[in-house]
Amino acid sequence: MFGRVRAVLRAGTLLRSVVLVVVAGLVLLFLTDSLSAYRDLQLADGAYYFCVLAGLTVLAGASGQISLGHGAFMAVGAYTAAKLSAAGWALTPELAAAAVVTLIVGIPVGVAASRLRGPYLAGATLAFAVGLPALADKFPSAFGGENGLAINPPTPPPSLGPTFPLERWQAWIACIGALVVVFVLYNVVHSGVGRSMRAVRDDEIAASLSGLRVGRWQTLAFVLSATAAGLGGGLLAVVSGTVAPGAFPLQLSLTLLAGVVIGGLGSLVGAVWGAALLVLLPNWTTDVANSFSLSSNVSHNLPIAVYGLVLIVAMLAWPSGIQGGVRAIARAGWAGSAKLRPERRQA
Amino acid sequence: MLTIEELTTDYGPIRAVDGVSLKVPEGSVTAVLGANGAGKTTLLRTICGLVRPTSGRVKVEGEDITRWAVEEIVRFGVAHVPEGRGVIAELTVQENLRLGGLWRGREAMPIREIFDLFPRLEERSGQPASRLSGGERQMLSIGRALMGRPRALLLDEPSLGLAPVLVAQIMSMVRRLADTLGLAVLLVEQNARSALSIANHGVVLNLGQVVVEQEPSKLVADERLLHAYLGF
Amino acid sequence: MTKFIDLTLNGISTGAIYAAVALALVLIWRSTRIVNFAQGAMLMFTTFIASAVLNGGGSYVLAFVVALAAGLALGGVIERVVVRPVENAPPLNAVILTLGLYTLLVAIAGMIWGNTPRSFPAAFSLRGYRVGGTNLLFTPNDTFTVLVVIAVAVALALLFRRTSLGLRMRASAFAPEVARLLGVRVGRMLTLGWALAAMTGALAGVLVAPSVFLGPNSFDPILIIGFVAAVLGGLDSPPGAVIGGVVLGLALSYVSGYEGSALVPLAALVILVVVLMVRPTGLFAATRERRV
Repeated sequence: MFGRVRAVLRAGTLLRSVVLVVVAGLVLLFLTDSLSAYRDLQLADGAYYFCVLAGLTVLAGASGQISLGHGAFMAVGAYTAAKLSAAGWALTPELAAAAVVTLIVGIPVGVAASRLRGPYLAGATLAFAVGLPALADKFPSAFGGENGLAINPPTPPPSLGPTFPLERWQAWIACIGALVVVFVLYNVVHSGVGRSMRAVRDDEIAASLSGLRVGRWQTLAFVLSATAAGLGGGLLAVVSGTVAPGAFPLQLSLTLLAGVVIGGLGSLVGAVWGAALLVLLPNWTTDVANSFSLSSNVSHNLPIAVYGLVLIVAMLAWPSGIQGGVRAIARAGWAGSAKLRPERRQA
Repeated sequence: MLTIEELTTDYGPIRAVDGVSLKVPEGSVTAVLGANGAGKTTLLRTICGLVRPTSGRVKVEGEDITRWAVEEIVRFGVAHVPEGRGVIAELTVQENLRLGGLWRGREAMPIREIFDLFPRLEERSGQPASRLSGGERQMLSIGRALMGRPRALLLDEPSLGLAPVLVAQIMSMVRRLADTLGLAVLLVEQNARSALSIANHGVVLNLGQVVVEQEPSKLVADERLLHAYLGF
Repeated sequence: MTKFIDLTLNGISTGAIYAAVALALVLIWRSTRIVNFAQGAMLMFTTFIASAVLNGGGSYVLAFVVALAAGLALGGVIERVVVRPVENAPPLNAVILTLGLYTLLVAIAGMIWGNTPRSFPAAFSLRGYRVGGTNLLFTPNDTFTVLVVIAVAVALALLFRRTSLGLRMRASAFAPEVARLLGVRVGRMLTLGWALAAMTGALAGVLVAPSVFLGPNSFDPILIIGFVAAVLGGLDSPPGAVIGGVVLGLALSYVSGYEGSALVPLAALVILVVVLMVRPTGLFAATRERRV
């Protein structure tokens, strides 16, 4: 019995990913059923954050790039979904379009990003994060300016019964989106494509000497992660009901960065933890602030302070670099108790 | 003057310097010879504090400087002229020289004296060091080290990549500096004959260990030994 | 035509501020090979401190001096305490660390002073000069801004070019190991470099605050634009940063005047990408080998 399960799991990535998605889907189905409406909404929030973080973590883990512009990609997806919803599109094509439009926007950005390194890439994506949402102000008739666009909440299908709560339906939608992302990214990471990306991450020069087109793989990873962020943004629009430039500040992109760093860059499981933290931390800090009767200024900014601290502490704790950290984690994961040797890097 | 006792340095699992002991008296030149990878450069980098030894001691005039910071070792009078000539290409020749004497304050060697030693440097004093030829760079980095009036001079392969005439010039200059300034010179070289021609002591390093310690004249004469450890 | 002249004048005064931010970034890049993404938050923080001095009844001059001193201290402390450990780590670590600092400083400022933007006074009148019957879009305060930035740039140039302290700092930036071998206490030079850079940033904060209001996130676009200006100038060259700042100030002033201010950050991004694609070493940097 056990042996047969193992054989199935070894059989192929595709099969494994199907099993993974089905099991995760059943767990989520059970979960949404037993949660309160409020918790269901939180689950939905977590699911769209997960989409973005999963894309970012694959980008960082698979090709060694970081992007500070994914908040802007979320905005692209969200605005696409809102505009199409207003035009009367159904939910599924609307979300698919959100992903596709972001994919298209992601291509030129990804091509540019694949030529940039380190601080230049960070600065350019940062400028993208600040610059793009400002477009909503430039074309207020199309994007609603500061106030943004409203989007009609999805209606649960009648077959689920008249009392089916809207929040649970939103959680289902968001979770299905997250599962699609898991399915696609899992297959990519565990395919030849993923191996090529990792080769590029570990040593660009060696990879290009072995015939890999470094720029092309980095562009692909970037576009893929942008697409996931676009779907996440579309889900955000559906769950929150409005889309406004204020929802996509620079801070969002930095929060996402904190989320992937906490999760451990490169790991899809880590993205789950990251997403959970992004949803739950503001709640916890509000509770803490209330119990110590701190002012609202403090309680509003406490989660942000925590994200900042997380980024700082993580960097001080991983002197060998994120990529070293990724590899150390990966080795620890694969080799069980194999001891971690500090990496020696030459400047 | 400069005393090294049982110095051992590891790079991770690799032992680069293995229990080396040396003495370099004032006004003398000690030549350390060895093939690539024998541990010569690591030995110098350990002495001047750029690399931490695993065990052993470095003493200058009786003072144990083993665990001092690089800057403090330099300020104690140990000047290191790194391999590859280490001039700061973005600064002018004059700025490079001034930098060498800054820590001495008013007691630094007047730049005039360096120009007297190396007239070529005076001609080029306003130019960025990036424009200098290999020989001029070597002069600049030796001159720069002298600016701080050191007691000990560590020279890492000063002959590397230079034409034989220049090598001879540099070597005789080193000899003169040791004689006139009373410097203790530790000269690391692959070019054994040139180095031995001016040295008071010769040491051959292999795999981090001292394998031979002899009079330079005897070393030069020992064809088999040089062949075995230096490859010619 | 009047509009063009107005936009040009306005571009010069905002360009001076961008130049100061770019200078702050370049000084740090030169000495530690780190782009200090926390700079925007650091100058926000010091401007809040100046604002607190003003609210406490202090004069503008006092607030100005306190802001610069706070910048000096903040830059030095940050370098010594959190940046030092990542100076030899891969570049991505420093990027994320400075972003973490940015986030933390924004949060702390929000906790202390709240997130609602407040006004910040200008040093001099904000009424444009009258020339031939019309008011120019250039004010006595703009004159002050331009002069102060020029003064600081000249002072920094003198420090680096003419003093032995400046020689030590340049040596530490170009070749830290060789500098140490020449007895330079490189660590102190790096701390000092960060302190001076943060002071220059603090100056930019006080100068720009009257026009953008003062809130924890008010200076995000300034940071981006300062970064673009620094890259434009080659990231390595202080004179390049100043020229880059002014050029960008002019370009963005025209964009803002003719196409609307919402496009300014995006225009900065476009300029950045074009520059990086065409000349990765910057428009004003001398061509030389790219250092890894």
